[in-house]
Amino acid sequence: MSSRVLIVAEHEGAKLNPSTAKCVTCAQGIPGAQITIVVCAVDAAAVAAQAAQLSGVARVLCVENPANAHALAAVWAPQVLAIAAPFSHILGPSTTFGKDLMARIAGFLGAPQVSDIMAIESATRFRRPVYAGNALLTVESSGEGQLVGTVRTASFQAAAGGGAAPIEKAAVSVELPTHTRFVSVSAARSDRPDLQTARRVVSGGRALGSAEGFKILYRLADKLGAAVGASRAAVDAGYAPNEMQVGQTGKIIAPELYVAVGISGAIQHLTGIKDARTIVAINKDGEAPIFEVADIGLVGDLFQIIPEIERLL
Amino acid sequence: MKRILVGIKRVVDYNVRIRVKPDGSGVITDGVKMSVNPFDEIALEEALRIKERGLAEEVIVATVGAADCQQQLRTALAMGADRALHVQADGVVEPLVAARALLKLIEREQPLLVILGKQAIDDDNGQTGQVLAALWNRPQATYASKIELNAGTARVTREVDAGLETLEVDLPAVITTDLRLNEPRYVKLPDIMKAKKKPLDTLTLSALGVEQRQQLKLVRFDPPLQRQKGIRVTDAAELLAALKSKGLL
Repeated sequence: MSSRVLIVAEHEGAKLNPSTAKCVTCAQGIPGAQITIVVCAVDAAAVAAQAAQLSGVARVLCVENPANAHALAAVWAPQVLAIAAPFSHILGPSTTFGKDLMARIAGFLGAPQVSDIMAIESATRFRRPVYAGNALLTVESSGEGQLVGTVRTASFQAAAGGGAAPIEKAAVSVELPTHTRFVSVSAARSDRPDLQTARRVVSGGRALGSAEGFKILYRLADKLGAAVGASRAAVDAGYAPNEMQVGQTGKIIAPELYVAVGISGAIQHLTGIKDARTIVAINKDGEAPIFEVADIGLVGDLFQIIPEIERLL
Repeated sequence: MKRILVGIKRVVDYNVRIRVKPDGSGVITDGVKMSVNPFDEIALEEALRIKERGLAEEVIVATVGAADCQQQLRTALAMGADRALHVQADGVVEPLVAARALLKLIEREQPLLVILGKQAIDDDNGQTGQVLAALWNRPQATYASKIELNAGTARVTREVDAGLETLEVDLPAVITTDLRLNEPRYVKLPDIMKAKKKPLDTLTLSALGVEQRQQLKLVRFDPPLQRQKGIRVTDAAELLAALKSKGLL
């Protein structure tokens, strides 16, 4: 039995977001999957070319419209719906973009959605975390009708390149709503690696004490070529911006090396890092829960240890 | 009347240590503290603040679920909601069913704004707001960290992966809340007494014409995989040596 899978590409203008390549790997777990990527954009050419190179992709569809300048769920959903009919599975990444869009699509279709797919057992059986990752739930759909899913990107490797899928333009003429308008986005410009895809991440908690205190982490991160993350407590305290938050309600990441500095390790934070290959914890409190998940623990004063590490690197 | 409809869900309290039942049929909920989903509390707090600023006249709180959900509706009334609607439903209420029921309430109450939590901390689905907005064919602004109401529109700042995004949506609309939108108020004892006299209407899914349908079977719950016990090092030099031996530096 074959399944026709549609993946909605996430992109920033001309650059395909790495989460899309992870969705492709997830989709390949569906037996006999024929994978199509749809790119909604003003001009889809550059992103479509990147999507076409992903190994395992059979076809890339471009849906171009001047209204697609910003990824507004209300504007994109009807366009994805317009081409969705032949597909058994419609997937997107479990990023803020994908979570916003896919559930709107599911709503229009009246289809079930499996959120945060972490493993695929069959075309109808999926595993996903619930209760902040304190339980893993296997769900099964009837196999009748369509299924929408968001893909927990930390659970999948990115699909390799080297593919050459055909790129087609899809003629979509649906009326698009004007009730939702983009105003602005404020994103910190940073030369550091992207938190969601970085191989190394250095993260700070409330023990850093201030935004100023976070600077020692930035220095260490730069020396390691790492991205910088933060616990919810540090973000709530205003030491770090919200986009740096790692955890259940922030970013869920799977770096090779995760260094938690002054983070006690609330369960909501641990949910966001449990796929990290190696976790290092540096904390004054030897009883902190972070040490229960750390591969390497170091008890001590971070304000002495971090500069020392930096010096020794 | 300018109304705000707030959807809430009864969930296992966020402080409870979750344990999976040995037979894998669910998590242990017997004798466990139940609460209003924290994101929904934020939704209610925001609705109350909008009303207190004079931009809405009535805050209605609604839930879809079993009879014991009325405890959480009473908590919401004690927080300051004007009245409560309980749509009785047994078993698993999927986001689509909850959204269909909420849509029926919207048709009856004609709210200016619907505010929900961005996700429930039990099933972590994060769908109901978006599904509802789709069924209603109205705007959605998810993961709100700031809401500014103007005549006929709302300006919503959203916590997105890139940073903060601001959208303008025409009203009525659905907004879902993120953590940093506000800090919900504490309920005081006199408010709990007062809440007992506030109206709480009970409806049923079938009376609303909504089919209780479960599209995803819950096959099995498993405990999460445990990480292997790690090692302790005593200083920075040992830490770096350990990382090097793992090939990480």
